[in-house]
Amino acid sequence: MNGSNGSVMMDVRQLNKRFGDVHAVRDLTFQVKKGEVFGFLGPNGAGKTTTMRIVTCYIPASSGTISVGGHDTVEHSLDVRKKIGYLPENNPLYNDMMVTEYLKFAGELRGMQGDKLSSRIDEMVQVCGLAKMTGREIGKLSKGYRQRVGLAQAMLHDPDLLILDEPTSGLDPNQIIEIRELIKKIGREKTVIYCSHILSEVSATCTRILIINNGSPVATGTAEELTSQMGSGNQYVLRVRGSGPDIEAKLQGVAGVSSVSASQDNEWASVRVACEGNEDIGESLFRCVVDNRWSLAELKRERASLEEVFTQLTRG
Amino acid sequence: MQNVLAIFKKEFKAYFLSPIAYVFITVYLVVTNFLFFQGFFIINQADMRGYFGLLPWVFLFFVPAITMRIWAEEKKVKTLELLLTWPVSDLEVVIGKFLASFCFLGITILLSITVPITIALLGNPDEGAIIGGYIGSLLMGAAYLSIGLWVSSLTENQIVAFIIGVVVTFALFMIGNPFVTMVAPAGAVPLLTYLGLGNHFESVGRGVIDSRDIVYYLSVIGFFLFLNIRSIESRKWE
Repeated sequence: MNGSNGSVMMDVRQLNKRFGDVHAVRDLTFQVKKGEVFGFLGPNGAGKTTTMRIVTCYIPASSGTISVGGHDTVEHSLDVRKKIGYLPENNPLYNDMMVTEYLKFAGELRGMQGDKLSSRIDEMVQVCGLAKMTGREIGKLSKGYRQRVGLAQAMLHDPDLLILDEPTSGLDPNQIIEIRELIKKIGREKTVIYCSHILSEVSATCTRILIINNGSPVATGTAEELTSQMGSGNQYVLRVRGSGPDIEAKLQGVAGVSSVSASQDNEWASVRVACEGNEDIGESLFRCVVDNRWSLAELKRERASLEEVFTQLTRG
Repeated sequence: MQNVLAIFKKEFKAYFLSPIAYVFITVYLVVTNFLFFQGFFIINQADMRGYFGLLPWVFLFFVPAITMRIWAEEKKVKTLELLLTWPVSDLEVVIGKFLASFCFLGITILLSITVPITIALLGNPDEGAIIGGYIGSLLMGAAYLSIGLWVSSLTENQIVAFIIGVVVTFALFMIGNPFVTMVAPAGAVPLLTYLGLGNHFESVGRGVIDSRDIVYYLSVIGFFLFLNIRSIESRKWE
């Protein structure tokens, strides 16, 4: 059914998952296209990990279907699993194994053997920056290196779909940047699903984002689409020499302005202007300032950040 | 098949990655040798019946120690979630793990070869009976292993897996014991005697291998491996 549409990597339809009384995922429907870096975003407990466990065939859905590359996750579970590379939440690893030994084990279970497997392991060790750690015991590696081992494992068999569940949790800022760069690099060739509750992560790496809350989708689109969808988006910040109330009254008259608030700081006033629509009224504001012969120190447009969109959508 | 082999290799190596394997083998050999040779010179007979007679009791504590880690650790560290999203069937994982624990037990049992050698130096034992006894020990050990393996899949705590493993094995051992069959209703006695883990080892301990005993042990192994697969699948019906 979905095989005909070549550009869809993963198709999730009407997905529901109940654990007893808890309705973890409700009527989730979305598609991931080939070559996308798809951000799957939501607060903790929103149902991200549950959804990914269903996609990777670890647990079945209560109702609804998922197909990966045209294969159904229930009927062709092994085919689906062959196509997926998965880095689970908290990155579980066999702590008593050596890095290469572990990658060899993972590769063998992926049906790889001999020279092909060892050259592929060497390649992953290079890509993930594990060269110095190959002979170390996994349990003795730092968190950053463990994460790389997990990534190397997930990418080892060159999967069509790479699923990363919170890949940067617990890393320090430098490691986060490194892992983020690595994911961007992978994302140029691969389809990636990136689960996270951290917005800056997702907006920095993903081409498209789906936000879920309490198991239901609340918004989807690119980072820009999401911010502009939330109408209240544009705000202007001005620093003008003059008396606050006077400036407030004059700026209120400019077309497209919905509210103005000014705070006086000696002879300078800091003014925040919120506008109704999404169009750029910067020039009108500037004209108004010039017409009144005020001095202008700053005029800046501020868009609602993804952060605000996220809080608005997932609050309560 | 490649999958079973990969799991087998990984699990088998895992025994020797920690010193536990060496401690285990040493303690096993010291305990069984001590208990056997204690009475050997008093009885003054060149056979191994006394040795094999010990094994149902010794295995009761040693075998759950072999299997306690095998699933519980995977559940605790959550590697199970990763392993089962790789393209392997639950059956392949169960078989691979079972074979690895079986080989480890096999090595431990075979290292007791010093016992028949010692006996052969002192007298004239019946080799057939000894070989039969070893085959029987492996079969009985495998049955104990399948129970321990299943119990380990029910918990993420190794100690709990060990204790419950001992209890379940002991229960299956005792239902065929005269202790229970003496007080059980007469109609149930033949069934209980048949089901008891220990009764099938008595003739084996004398070196007599009866096909009924082999069928019994293979059935026990099959049944508990099946339960093991079911308990791994149980994540799906939560």
